[in-house]
Amino acid sequence: MPKKFVKEFTVIENSALNATNFLIKVQSDTELPEIKPGQFVNIEIKEAEEIFLRRPFSVFEVDYEKNVISMIVKILGRGSRKLTEIKAGSKLSMVYPLGKTFTYPSADDKILLIGGGSGVAPMLFLAKESGLPVENVDILLGARSKEDHINVDSYKQYANLHYASEDGSLGEKGFVTQHSVFTNNLNIYTKIYACGPDGMMRAIAKEAKAADVFCEVSLENLMACGFGVCLCCIEPTTKGNLCVCTEGPVFNINDLKW
Amino acid sequence: MVDLKVKLHDIEFKNPVTLASGTCGFARETAEFFEPGLLGGYFLKGTTLKNRDGNNYPRMAETPSGMLNAVGLQNKGIDYFIENIYPEIVNYDTQLIINVNGSTVEDYIALTEKVNELDKINAIELNISCPNVKEGGMAFGVSCPGAEMVTREVRKVYDKTLIVKLSPNVTDISEIARAVEGQGADAVSLVNTFLGMAIDAEKREPLLSTITGGLSGPAIKPIALRMVWQVANAVKIPVVGIGGIMTASDAIEFMLAGASVVQVGTAIFKDPMIPVKIVEGIEDYLKRHNMQSASELIGALQV
Repeated sequence: MPKKFVKEFTVIENSALNATNFLIKVQSDTELPEIKPGQFVNIEIKEAEEIFLRRPFSVFEVDYEKNVISMIVKILGRGSRKLTEIKAGSKLSMVYPLGKTFTYPSADDKILLIGGGSGVAPMLFLAKESGLPVENVDILLGARSKEDHINVDSYKQYANLHYASEDGSLGEKGFVTQHSVFTNNLNIYTKIYACGPDGMMRAIAKEAKAADVFCEVSLENLMACGFGVCLCCIEPTTKGNLCVCTEGPVFNINDLKW
Repeated sequence: MVDLKVKLHDIEFKNPVTLASGTCGFARETAEFFEPGLLGGYFLKGTTLKNRDGNNYPRMAETPSGMLNAVGLQNKGIDYFIENIYPEIVNYDTQLIINVNGSTVEDYIALTEKVNELDKINAIELNISCPNVKEGGMAFGVSCPGAEMVTREVRKVYDKTLIVKLSPNVTDISEIARAVEGQGADAVSLVNTFLGMAIDAEKREPLLSTITGGLSGPAIKPIALRMVWQVANAVKIPVVGIGGIMTASDAIEFMLAGASVVQVGTAIFKDPMIPVKIVEGIEDYLKRHNMQSASELIGALQV
């Protein structure tokens, strides 16, 4: 039996969350395999001759009853821009499920999830999946301004939400690593998870390492295949150069050469 | 019923569709999508005597209708393959061919001797055409004396089918093909990637850590097809056709130009199921044209 699939999905929703982020929901006519936070799909960008390779996107939500996968697509380049122009009813070819998930928290863990930019999706997914009581789950989201933040109020049922914005228009002013949730005392957390821009994750990893708190990050290295054959998305680790697409995208910071 | 079987020297492929080295890992990765036995064979990831970490990130740049790579033969070495990978894939019902690389002739020989002992590996693909390593690789494959020397020395220690993979980065690829034929190669495979380059104009920086890399994908297909046709007309040994194959029609074109077997490479990054669709497409083509066997396609170009 195959473990990975290439199938056409039908786009059932494409809505703008703000100027640069879109929520895209796609439906399969067959049953979905189990998909976990951190795992991703590789999407073919159609009707764009100059775009040869697929584009990888983290899974945001999965509805197994309706066979629907949701993704938050942030416009970063030509491929993602083209994808955000897709209309409901169109077909999308997806390769899935790819990559590995996070180390799930145990019942007595208190966790901090930090998302920046397009890294918000797997953090929210993990918060929902963690099964922990709200008081043991803190989510810290960073963006440039209020307009760049995505409204995630519905996740209040899973976590305490905290915001940082560079201009101070939402939550505390500054980067996520300057937010009081992060600077007060990291040792109240037993696990920290992060997904977002490289600089943000490196800054978080540095502090988590100093505080000796378990920390996993989800990387976004440039990929060609997405399933471990091209060896293009490698990250140098203590175990050698590893493929982010199959050995990651989630890595423990102690395994990275950061 | 049409017969999809083709022969390359003395080994038989259940169909002419194989996967190219460097794009199919060790056949386990694509096995997560489809049954390995659906394809004629797999040219496994380029292997060296010792572990190689490969080049630094970034190793890839998307280009119009293709991509550049600069992986640099990252692999864990032949001993790791024999101990950890070979047992896992040995029972796949398909041809498994190891792509053999070295920095020196001694490396090629030592590696080939080890591969010669593996029962299920009926052939090697001698890679004298990797553009992404500093030593060896393409350095041997761009001159007739270099290509002849490596082929001759490896031939001495290898009993089974010896396929030599040729570089297109030469003035006349048929000369190199004739040179390796003269030293006992049983077949040639072509083409490896074309040396290319990509630049980020905004940053004024190269997109690859190595500055240059190997171009693959449909962008190279017409040039690869021309080279396969030229080589097939220049040598008596069979030819394996490689270069930008995306569809059954592409594969058939390479066979008409003279290839006995084809390798699908970069296409599987676009869609891992493409090789299986190509097998089905070749079968459909043969039926439509009232042909009995895939081998009838080989060199059947009407000029």
